Amino acid sequence: MTQALTDSQALTDSQALTDSQALTDQAGGTLFRFATAGSVDDGKSTLVGRLLHDSKAVLADQLDAVTRTSTERGFGGTEGGIDFALLTDGLRAEREQGITIDVAYRYFATNRRSFILADCPGHVQYTRNMVTGATTADAVIMLIDARKGVLEQTRRHLSVVRLLRVPHIIVAVNKIDLLGYDEAAYTEIADAVRAVTAELGLGEVHVIPVSALAGDNVVDASPRTPWYTGPSLLELLETLPVVDEVESALEAFRLPVQLVLRPQGAVAVPAADAPAFRDYRAYAGQVTSGTVRVGDAVTVLPGGAGTVVTGIDFAGTALTEAFAPQSIALRLRDDLDIARGAVIGAAGTLPDPTKELTAALFWLDPRPLTPGDRTLVKFGANTVQAIVTAVTGRLNLDTLEQETAASLDINDIGHVTVRLAAALPIETFASSRRSGAFLVIHPQDGATLAAGIATATGVPA
Amino acid sequence: MRTPPVNASSVLAATPNAATPAPATPNAATPAPATANRAGSHRLSQLDVLESEAIHIIREVVAEFERPVLLFSGGKDSVVVLHLAAKAFWPGRVPFPLLHVDTGHNFPEVIAFRDETVERLGLRLEVARVQDYIDDGRLHERADGTRNPLQTLPLLDAIAAGRHDAVFGGARRDEDKARAKERILSLRDEFGQWDPRNQRPELWNLYNGRHTVGQHVRAFPISNWTELNVWRYIEREQIALPPLYYAHDREVYRRDGMWRATGPVSEPRTSETVETRTVRYRTVGDMSCTGAVESDAASVDAVVREVALSTITERGATRADDRISEAAMEDRKKDGYF
Repeated sequence: MTQALTDSQALTDSQALTDSQALTDQAGGTLFRFATAGSVDDGKSTLVGRLLHDSKAVLADQLDAVTRTSTERGFGGTEGGIDFALLTDGLRAEREQGITIDVAYRYFATNRRSFILADCPGHVQYTRNMVTGATTADAVIMLIDARKGVLEQTRRHLSVVRLLRVPHIIVAVNKIDLLGYDEAAYTEIADAVRAVTAELGLGEVHVIPVSALAGDNVVDASPRTPWYTGPSLLELLETLPVVDEVESALEAFRLPVQLVLRPQGAVAVPAADAPAFRDYRAYAGQVTSGTVRVGDAVTVLPGGAGTVVTGIDFAGTALTEAFAPQSIALRLRDDLDIARGAVIGAAGTLPDPTKELTAALFWLDPRPLTPGDRTLVKFGANTVQAIVTAVTGRLNLDTLEQETAASLDINDIGHVTVRLAAALPIETFASSRRSGAFLVIHPQDGATLAAGIATATGVPA
Repeated sequence: MRTPPVNASSVLAATPNAATPAPATPNAATPAPATANRAGSHRLSQLDVLESEAIHIIREVVAEFERPVLLFSGGKDSVVVLHLAAKAFWPGRVPFPLLHVDTGHNFPEVIAFRDETVERLGLRLEVARVQDYIDDGRLHERADGTRNPLQTLPLLDAIAAGRHDAVFGGARRDEDKARAKERILSLRDEFGQWDPRNQRPELWNLYNGRHTVGQHVRAFPISNWTELNVWRYIEREQIALPPLYYAHDREVYRRDGMWRATGPVSEPRTSETVETRTVRYRTVGDMSCTGAVESDAASVDAVVREVALSTITERGATRADDRISEAAMEDRKKDGYF
C-alpha cells in the first residue's frame, strides 16, 4: 500500500468492484451508534483501527498516510507495519504524544447497517469522554486486557455505563492471542465479568474473546477460538436493536417544542397556495419518545391543557403518525399559549412539573461544585436558573458505595438536590432516558459543567 | 401508515408542488421513500435519522441565537444544509441569510448556481471577497496561488460585521481527522479559534449554545453524515447541484496526481499537457487547488454508485491544500477556518 493511488486507479480498481458491501443499498439500512471505552494500553485504538480496516472503512489514501507514518516511526507490528492507532488519533498532539485526547467520531458501514463510532480516550479526562460517548450510544464496547483480567477500573467503567443506562454492553476480552487462545483463561475472565455485572445489577452483557492485533473475532469468527461459539464483534453490532426503536414502542409520546412555526406572510410555498397558510400554526420539535397519531388526545405543559392532534407535518408531507427520533411539526385543534420550552405529551402521561429535583451529576469541570452554587439547567428546550441546594454524597468508584462529600470535583459522580427557578416536567432517568437528562451550565461563561440525571422529582421526603 | 411524500424536492425546487397541510397527493414520479416504516415497527432508515437530527440542530440554533447565518458556497454540503433548513421551517421561509466567502477562484457555474438558488428562495446573500483583501493589502497572495487558507480573515470580518452569533456550515466529521473531533456546536473565541483540547462535552441531544460577547458558535448540522449519505440524500430528495458534480468533458492537465481544470487561475505549466477528459468534481472549492476525478458518472445514481465504490476519500482525491501535511486542516481550523 505504499504506492500512492491515483484517482483514476482508485475509481477503476477492479478489486473495489468485487466488494459487494459497497454495492448494497445502504440507504435502507439502519443507523447504529456505539462508543468504545477502556483503560490505557488495553488496545482500544488498535481495535477501532482493526474494525475500520477489516470492514473496509479505511480508504486507500488514509491507509497510505498511516502506513507512511508507521514506517517513519519504525512501527514493527504485523500487517506490514501499520500502527492502527494512527487511524483514529486525529490531532497533532495526539500523534506526537501517542495518546488520544478527545472523543473522535468514525463512520463505517456494512451491508446491514451504518455505524457511528464515538472513540473515547481512556486516560485523559476519562469520565468526561466516557459520558460524552455513552449518552448518545446504543452500545458501549468495554475493553479488557486478557492478561490483566477484570480490574478496579473495569468496575468503574461498568458502573458509569450502568448509571447512564446504555442499552447494550459488550465486553471485549482483548489480547487473547497473548494467552495462546486458552479457553480456560478466557472463561475465568468472562466469569469474573459476569460476577461484576451481576453485582452492579446490569442486565445481559455480551462477552467476546478478541485479538485486535491479529483480528480474531473482530469481523469474522476466528478459527483459533473454536471453543467460542458466539458472534464476532461486528456481527453483534450489526444485530443489536437500535434503542430508539425499542423505546419508541415502550414509552409515552413526548415532544419538547423547539419553536412555533407561524409563517404568516412569509411563506415559502407558491403564491397561489399562500392563503391556505395564512393561519398556519404548528409546534416544531423532535419526538423524544413514543408515537403520536393524528386524532390523538394530548396534554400540553406548562398549563396542563388538553387538546387533539389535527395534523403532523414534515416539510410539506402530511404524516398520519410519527415516532422518535423524527423531527416534525404538530398542529393542534385548539389555540393554546404554547411557546418554546413547552412539552406536548400523550394525554394523562406527563408528570407534574417540579422545581425540586434530586439528581446524580457527572461533574465535568475543573472548578468544583459546592452547595449554594448558582447554575443554569438545560432540559429539553428549556434553560432555567438553578441553585444546587445540597451535595448529599459522592459515588466511590472503587467500592461503588456512597460516601459523604461536601463538594464535587472533576470526574466525580455526586448526588445533589437542586432547586429550579421555574417548574419543569423532568421525569426520572430510570423511567425515561430522554426525559430525565439535563445539562448543568455555568451562568457566566456558558461552560457545560455537568451531565445530570434525575433520580427523584418533587420535594424530597 | 405513512402518506407518500409529495415530491420531496418541492422544498427547494423552482416550481414547488402545491403542498398543503392536508394529506398530500401521492406523486407517481416520486420514488417510494426509502424510509417507509414497516408495519408495526418503529424503524427509520439512516437517512431519516440523520435528516431529523440535522433539522433538530438547525431549529435549536435558530431558536437560541439572535443572528445565525449559513456559509453557502454552492457546494453539495452547503446545498444539503440549505435544503434541510427549508424543510425545518416549512411552510415558512429559511429564517437566516447566507454568507459566501468568495476566494475569487471560483468555477463560474458554481457562482451561477449560487445566485440562482438565492434568487429562487428569496434569501439574502452576503459575500466576503478575498480579492478585496488582496487588493488593499490586508492579505497577500500565497506563493502556491491557493486561496483556501486566505478565507479565514474575510470570514471572521464578515461574521463580526454581520454580528452573527451562530454560523452554520456543511462540514462533516468523516472529511478529515481533525474534523472528526469537532463538536456539532463548536464555540469560537473572538479570533475565531478552535481549541480542540478544550471543547464542551456534547451530551444526549442537548446542545449548549451559551456564549459571551465576542464569541460565536459554529453549527454543523450534518456532522454525522458521510459523503455517501449526502449523495443518497441528494438522490432521494432530487436536490439540484452545480453541473460540475456530474461527468462532463473538460480541458484538464495532470498535477500532483490530480486533474486540474485550465482557467485563469489554474494555468498549466509548460511541462504539463492539456487534454480533454471526462471528469467530475467530488468537492467544489478554490479552483486553484481543487482537482477533478475521471468519471463517467453523469447522473445522481451513477455518482452514488461511484462514491460507494470509491477507495479514496473525497479530500484525498481532490484537495491539494489538505495534502500539505497531516495536520493541514487542524491548523486551519485553529486559526478560525470552518
